[in-house]
Amino acid sequence: MSNAAGKRSKGATGWLLSTPALVLLVLAASGPLLIVAVYSVLEKGDYSGVRWILSGDGWFQVLFQRDIFDQTVSFADANLSIFWRSIKLSIATTLITFAFGLPTAWFIATRPPKARAIWLFLITIPFWTNLLIRTFAIMEVIRNQGILNTALMNMGLISEPIQILYTDTAVLIGMAYVYLPLMVLPLYAAIDRFDFRLIEAGYDLYASRWQVLRSVILPIVKPGIIAGSILVFIPSLGAYVTPRVLGGGKNMMIGNFIELQFGQGQNWPLGAALSTLLLLIVLVSLIVYTRVSSRDDPHG
Amino acid sequence: MAKPRVFDVTTLPGFTFIAILAFVLLYAPIFTLVIYSFNGGNSVNQWGGFSLQWYVVAWNNEAVQDATARSLIIAVWASVISTTVATMAALGTTRRGKFKGQTTIYIIINQPLMVPEIVTAVALLIFFSSVKVATGYTGLGYLILAHSAFCIPFAYLPIKARLEGMDMTMETAAADLYATPWQTFRYVTLPLLLPGVIAGAMLAFIISLDNVIITEFVKSAGQDTLPTYMLGQLRRALTPEVNAISTALLALTVLILTVFFIVTKKRD
Repeated sequence: MSNAAGKRSKGATGWLLSTPALVLLVLAASGPLLIVAVYSVLEKGDYSGVRWILSGDGWFQVLFQRDIFDQTVSFADANLSIFWRSIKLSIATTLITFAFGLPTAWFIATRPPKARAIWLFLITIPFWTNLLIRTFAIMEVIRNQGILNTALMNMGLISEPIQILYTDTAVLIGMAYVYLPLMVLPLYAAIDRFDFRLIEAGYDLYASRWQVLRSVILPIVKPGIIAGSILVFIPSLGAYVTPRVLGGGKNMMIGNFIELQFGQGQNWPLGAALSTLLLLIVLVSLIVYTRVSSRDDPHG
Repeated sequence: MAKPRVFDVTTLPGFTFIAILAFVLLYAPIFTLVIYSFNGGNSVNQWGGFSLQWYVVAWNNEAVQDATARSLIIAVWASVISTTVATMAALGTTRRGKFKGQTTIYIIINQPLMVPEIVTAVALLIFFSSVKVATGYTGLGYLILAHSAFCIPFAYLPIKARLEGMDMTMETAAADLYATPWQTFRYVTLPLLLPGVIAGAMLAFIISLDNVIITEFVKSAGQDTLPTYMLGQLRRALTPEVNAISTALLALTVLILTVFFIVTKKRD
């Protein structure tokens, strides 16, 4: 009885102390997301904004377009190619960051403790450095007169600069560059807890290096791999700054396409529908992540 | 004198090479950016001798001065507000066992880390634009409010980590010595918690200072912060002025991070 009352008051104090933070977040982060969902089912206003009339046009235009003259319905190819590019580039970014991230995290985790702190600090600096500055830095490297092309030309490997900037490749390089720390940090956290005697045991039992990697290391590091992939995939899918700066106007991703609807496109319901869709994709990935990681957790 | 070949179980073939390569690739563009900020010439990729001229240009540029002042004002407010509410929330959600709704609180607090920034930006654009019409207020309040909200999880995490690492013995001792709950908090809990609070405030400050997308969507005309000003500059011909601004911001970030690591390391 007194225990139950104690529990209730613990909860009440917990909620009370959390209230200011929750109010701020609901007001300026979570709450407005609901408005977006509502706007996605309203009718488009004349210039911008919406009219408070229920309409499925926003969601319809995500995938389809209606001909202005004969009203025939067809797939909106331009939109589909933007979705495809976003998904393709996000998956590629995740794979590239993993290919670099696993060895990097492994390397850091196997240093002696003092050196480990320094390497970790070195990976944290880019993580906390302004995304725009990092995107700008990579832009100066890959542009036509940038150091990459200049170096390649001085070495005589190419005679004309390779056009990398304002292509999908540029966006991919940029995203892999800016999101690499997001892959390294969770992988490091997973490897850091790793008991290296298990590898020894593996070798003692005549496992090859490949078998050790596949059957001993990867399963234990798996939660880190999943966390890192989610942490890279989600911001890649919603990327806005990197494709805008490195992709030029043409190589849009979903983020830029959303912005377009609220800017020049003046189609808020479509923009709202696209935002809601992006949010749903993220939500589903997070739910899958929680399911998978709780299933793998040996402690329950 | 070759070292005896010891079979080291922690090395995997090629891993060290790729790791070093990753660090080189991570830092080479940043170093290039920093080096060209000291360029005497007009170009971001043709070296014209060492000079501090672009720092002088940036320093005397009124738009940069305005944007810097605005960025700092917003970052200070956002870190103070978010750290205050995050400290309260951290005290509320730790050290008292599990309670009903705790998961809901966690989800709401960490929500800015999960939702793509562009979606939040659009949501705030819609919400604040109607508030602007309704109230007529177009000041910095919207940016401060938005920044305070998305900084909360960054302030919350180090404070929570610190609280979880503190045991209750000190507070129990204080209570045994007839300290009131407030006295216990003021003279025992808070001083112990302070490194976590400072760390949280610093992360919030950096996150606010660096924000581009939400600021770009929420700001009214003439409310450029340093990052949105730089984003606007990228459309024009680039001069090392942008490098100089970036380098200054970078230096500030590294400085804050170094202090952050010293503050959080002390505990061990």
